[in-house]
Amino acid sequence: MTLTHYLVLACVLFAIGATTVLLRRNAIIVFMGVELMLNATNLVLVTFARMHGDLSGQVMAFFVMVVAAAEVVVGLAIIVQIFHTRRSASVDDVNLLKS
Amino acid sequence: MTGAFTAPHIDWAQLAPVLLVLGAGVIGVLVEAFAPQRVRRPVQLTLTLAATAGALVVLAALWADVRDTGGTVVLGGAMILDGPALVLQGLVALLALVAVLVVADRGAGGAAGQDAFAPQAAAVPGSDYEEVARRQGLAQTEVYPLVLFATGGMMIFPAAGDLLTMFIALEVLSLPLYLLSGLARRRRLLSQEAAMKYFLLGSFASAFFLFGVALLYGFAGSVRLSAIAAATAAVVGLDPLLLAGTLLVLVGLLFKVGAVPFHSWTPDVYQGAPTPITGFMAACTKIAAFGALLRVVYVVAPAIEWDLRRALWTVVIATIAVGTLASLVQTDMKRILGYSAIAHTGFILTGVVALDVRGVSGVMFYLLAYGAAAVGAFAVVTLVREVDADGVVLGEATHLSQWAGLGRRSPWLAGAFAVFMLSFAGIPLTAGFVGKFAVFSAAVDGGATALAVAGVLGSAVAVFFYIRIVVLLFFTDRPADSGHGTVTVVRSEGLTTVAIAVAALATLGLGVLPTPVLDLVGEAARFIP
Repeated sequence: MTLTHYLVLACVLFAIGATTVLLRRNAIIVFMGVELMLNATNLVLVTFARMHGDLSGQVMAFFVMVVAAAEVVVGLAIIVQIFHTRRSASVDDVNLLKS
Repeated sequence: MTGAFTAPHIDWAQLAPVLLVLGAGVIGVLVEAFAPQRVRRPVQLTLTLAATAGALVVLAALWADVRDTGGTVVLGGAMILDGPALVLQGLVALLALVAVLVVADRGAGGAAGQDAFAPQAAAVPGSDYEEVARRQGLAQTEVYPLVLFATGGMMIFPAAGDLLTMFIALEVLSLPLYLLSGLARRRRLLSQEAAMKYFLLGSFASAFFLFGVALLYGFAGSVRLSAIAAATAAVVGLDPLLLAGTLLVLVGLLFKVGAVPFHSWTPDVYQGAPTPITGFMAACTKIAAFGALLRVVYVVAPAIEWDLRRALWTVVIATIAVGTLASLVQTDMKRILGYSAIAHTGFILTGVVALDVRGVSGVMFYLLAYGAAAVGAFAVVTLVREVDADGVVLGEATHLSQWAGLGRRSPWLAGAFAVFMLSFAGIPLTAGFVGKFAVFSAAVDGGATALAVAGVLGSAVAVFFYIRIVVLLFFTDRPADSGHGTVTVVRSEGLTTVAIAVAALATLGLGVLPTPVLDLVGEAARFIP
């Protein structure tokens, strides 16, 4: 198994995440799609770090994890607030703003 | 193995503006936790104004040195304080300072209940809890530290020397903005909806940005922009990685500036967010994101210009077309300004794609001109309100028909708004004209004549539309019954008036006497890789 396999796996995960964001209705699931995309990126970063024999890729993966955690805090706060207001977290119900 | 630890050398002076703003944000959080309710607002307001003004002073002190030496690389290359970075940081700090004045305004008399922010953001709209919070006159002073953190991120963004720093800065500026968009006092459902849309689309775009960063790291073995630029000439056989990575990074940045096809959040968020925050976002986010975009395009992209050209040109033309044509059919004032922001993104992009050194200075001047007019225009929107039958002041009167005849009743306010509209339209003797001239002539110099022609055509269509608003303000009678309730102009506490006056004077001043500022941005147009 070469390192290229990891890159292919990461691309597949990223594509699954992006598809989730575009197709699913529940805001929490959409958000999980974004998290999957970030984690796929982490896999790419550590794989390239191994290929280049360079540690900065692994350090970047840590940064991405911290940022993802901060994003979860803000994102869940917004989504939970919407759920309290409307009793639904469906992104299709959120449609008051239209031209 | 005895590797003695060598402490890194850090140029604190060059970092001082950013540290000042972020440090004040941290102190603001402590104030929020420990200071009693009464004193929070004055303390937070003083702190915010002092931090942004202090950052401006420090930037001015650093200016002479940067002009002579061309700039410094700080933190081992993570940040680059060169001419464009310094000017853009200054623009962000200056416009944030003006925008904070609008954020802080509570209406004449300073009574609680007329500011733009929800008394208790966690309360469900329409609940008893919210009503209690409202009657007790609670106010959200968390707004100030959030604005400071966003400003700090915006000041790092155009100065980022590697893509990791750029990503962190992107998140530091975005996360507070997602929250701020959800804090409106009135029309809270719209506001929460705007926050959710902005958050989901924003994190989607930053995931693409990050994947692009990872691919570029795979290509060059480093995320430093200079290393990537060097690798474009040296590394062979990995061109797909370079191209895909650059495109994905550009997707993330074009989302932040609101270019078509990544613009769909702009009108919704501009309409739903509290109006003072919309003004802050419109001006400062745009400056920061264009700064980062300029750096990426000018440092990394020249080597692959031929591959990117078609994609970038399509984006520019589509942005101008969608922005101008869509704003023609809107009826909500905040939404109109949102679509106009998209159109202006298109005009500014012509200067970015020009890949000419005059393009950099043109873009910086345009950003100042647009930012001043945007902050001012949204500040005017905060003052035009609806009243119910008992004379109680409600939310903003944003429907276009409600603005008819405003010039008869409030000539000064309508006059200032007309100045901003004329500047958006690019009429001579306003800053907008000089800005448009600068970016379009840079586009012609850079061989992008087609884009300049598209920009001029787009501006011509937009002129018709902005003039229509001016005619509506001054030469149209108020309809007897528009079906949209009575409209009044509330008096500000004084802060918004100052902000509008500063913005209007800047717009006119830059239009009549642009030379000093043009010289300044002209001297600061060289990126150091």
